[in-house]
Amino acid sequence: MTTPAPLLSLRGLSKSFGRVAAVRDLTLDVAGNEFFALLGASGSGKTTLLRMLAGFETPDTGQILLDGQDIARVAPNRRPVNLMFQSYALFPHMSVRANIAYGLEMERRPRAEIADRVAGMLSVIELDGLADRRPDQLSGGQRQRVALARALIKRPRLLLLDEPLGALDKKLRAAMQLELKRLQHEVGITFIVVTHDQDEALVMADRIAIMKDGRLLQCGTPHEVYEHPVDRFAADFIGVMNFIDAGGGRTLAIRPERIRLFPDTADTTTDGRVIARAYHGLDLQLHVQTALSPRPLLVRLTSDAADRRPVAEGDAVTLGWNHADTRTFTEENAR
Amino acid sequence: MRQAKSLALMAPALAWLFALMVVPCALILALAFFRRGIYGGVEYTFTLENLALVFDPLYAGIFLHSARIAGLAALIAVILGYSAAYAIASMPRRYQPALLFIAVLPFWSNYLIRTYAWIVLLNREGLITQGLRVLGYEGEAPSLLYTEGAVITGLVYNYLPFVILATYAPLARLNPEIAEASRDLGASGWTTFRRVTLPLTLPGVVAGGVFVFVLSIGNFVTPALLGGGQFQMIGNVVYAQFLTANDWPFGAALSMVLIALMTGLLMLQTLASDRATGGATGGPQDG
Repeated sequence: MTTPAPLLSLRGLSKSFGRVAAVRDLTLDVAGNEFFALLGASGSGKTTLLRMLAGFETPDTGQILLDGQDIARVAPNRRPVNLMFQSYALFPHMSVRANIAYGLEMERRPRAEIADRVAGMLSVIELDGLADRRPDQLSGGQRQRVALARALIKRPRLLLLDEPLGALDKKLRAAMQLELKRLQHEVGITFIVVTHDQDEALVMADRIAIMKDGRLLQCGTPHEVYEHPVDRFAADFIGVMNFIDAGGGRTLAIRPERIRLFPDTADTTTDGRVIARAYHGLDLQLHVQTALSPRPLLVRLTSDAADRRPVAEGDAVTLGWNHADTRTFTEENAR
Repeated sequence: MRQAKSLALMAPALAWLFALMVVPCALILALAFFRRGIYGGVEYTFTLENLALVFDPLYAGIFLHSARIAGLAALIAVILGYSAAYAIASMPRRYQPALLFIAVLPFWSNYLIRTYAWIVLLNREGLITQGLRVLGYEGEAPSLLYTEGAVITGLVYNYLPFVILATYAPLARLNPEIAEASRDLGASGWTTFRRVTLPLTLPGVVAGGVFVFVLSIGNFVTPALLGGGQFQMIGNVVYAQFLTANDWPFGAALSMVLIALMTGLLMLQTLASDRATGGATGGPQDG
């Protein structure tokens, strides 16, 4: 291996609550300066994993190596890891300034240094004017920034973020996705984000780990997990996928944007009828009923392509695609 | 319309309060300004002597002494009650109602019976002495009953559930992630308690403490039974003025000062808890 030693290395990590196994034999490396996303449905074990990294749960077996040191049994206040809570968990009886200063006070930093660094952090999150407000006098987006600042000011080796954008409305969330990514580059701290939102993971992360039933299903760059899902579950979980029964226990999978309308040349073509169309601004989505599958196929056309050859509901169309754009899953990896 | 409706709903309670609370208090208040008859009873001539006598060093001393005992009882009850509430609130959710039920269970028996039980325990040859004998103690039996300690013990025991209930509610409402955030930012368990958990539940602690203090300072049953007349609390003096000394006006004057003191304290406590952070408990989203 020529790659440098990972910042964080999880070795055979397991955790059960009573008879429920939340995390099972999980092994994973995260490099320094990486923006890493843990993606999974609720109950997939991603939150338990995050709580073990923060120190609020102790693994039953396995190691959590941070800079080569096993921190699996180190108390949360003694590890260079900080967590931004899903509820933000701001201290309601303290001002914004006191909330942000708290972590440095715990390190017994000199007063002057604390004041300096808090002022600096306040301007990074653009809340200079609101330093003396209480959390309940802030908007959701402002609280989110305070929670982030409060964790970041400790300059942790690792910053954990639990559904950091979950409590924000859709527009703000889109803006904050890019903002978080920019901030991560700026501060040079490794981020591990837990999310159930696959779009969020695709947009923000350098690498994505998909978790299912406490296990690591797949880990790779957004491009890898999107274009080369390891199994049917991963294919279905990330983005939208059409599944076509190919016989013999095999399933053919193809992304909606890889299906072409009235193709000049294509490895496979099929006829169908448009049963619904939905215009999304950037693209046009068609539901096309074909003989290949009981469910209609979803086809995504750019507005450009849609304008060139307008189709309406009820129209007969020809679809086509190339083999290179499809994936085949067999029974063994179909689940 | 809505106001008329809510007034109609409140009317029975208001009438009840007026007839059984405001009117008797007003009567007592009035009584305090009349002279005592020579053979007891009341002579209806105006005087301030009764009120002046309340501030006589003898009675002022009893007031202070009562306040000290009530204060100690409140302090001990707060420490014990808050600890118990903290322990209950940190148990798994499904056990909490049962534990709270056990904590308030003694309330179901009569106050007098509960206090007599302490006599059985603290008696010179009571259960505690017998327990010591079993353990091999052979010296003189300790005199536990009829002491200040016995009175304070009785008061703490009787009013502890108030503190448990008053402090459990804010502790249970507290978002556990707030204490976790403190740990995550580098605070020890103790620092987290001191800087986060305690300040956020302080209104409940103060309410519980004031409750115990107010109930204790005017109490006369516990000092009579467990103090055995060795010393008096202000409640005993009031009791004696009405029932043995037959000096109703002076008893009324003492009661008035006591009621004023309690009312003042309760008002202060209400003010303080109103001023404490609006969203002191619960998750930050519901602010």
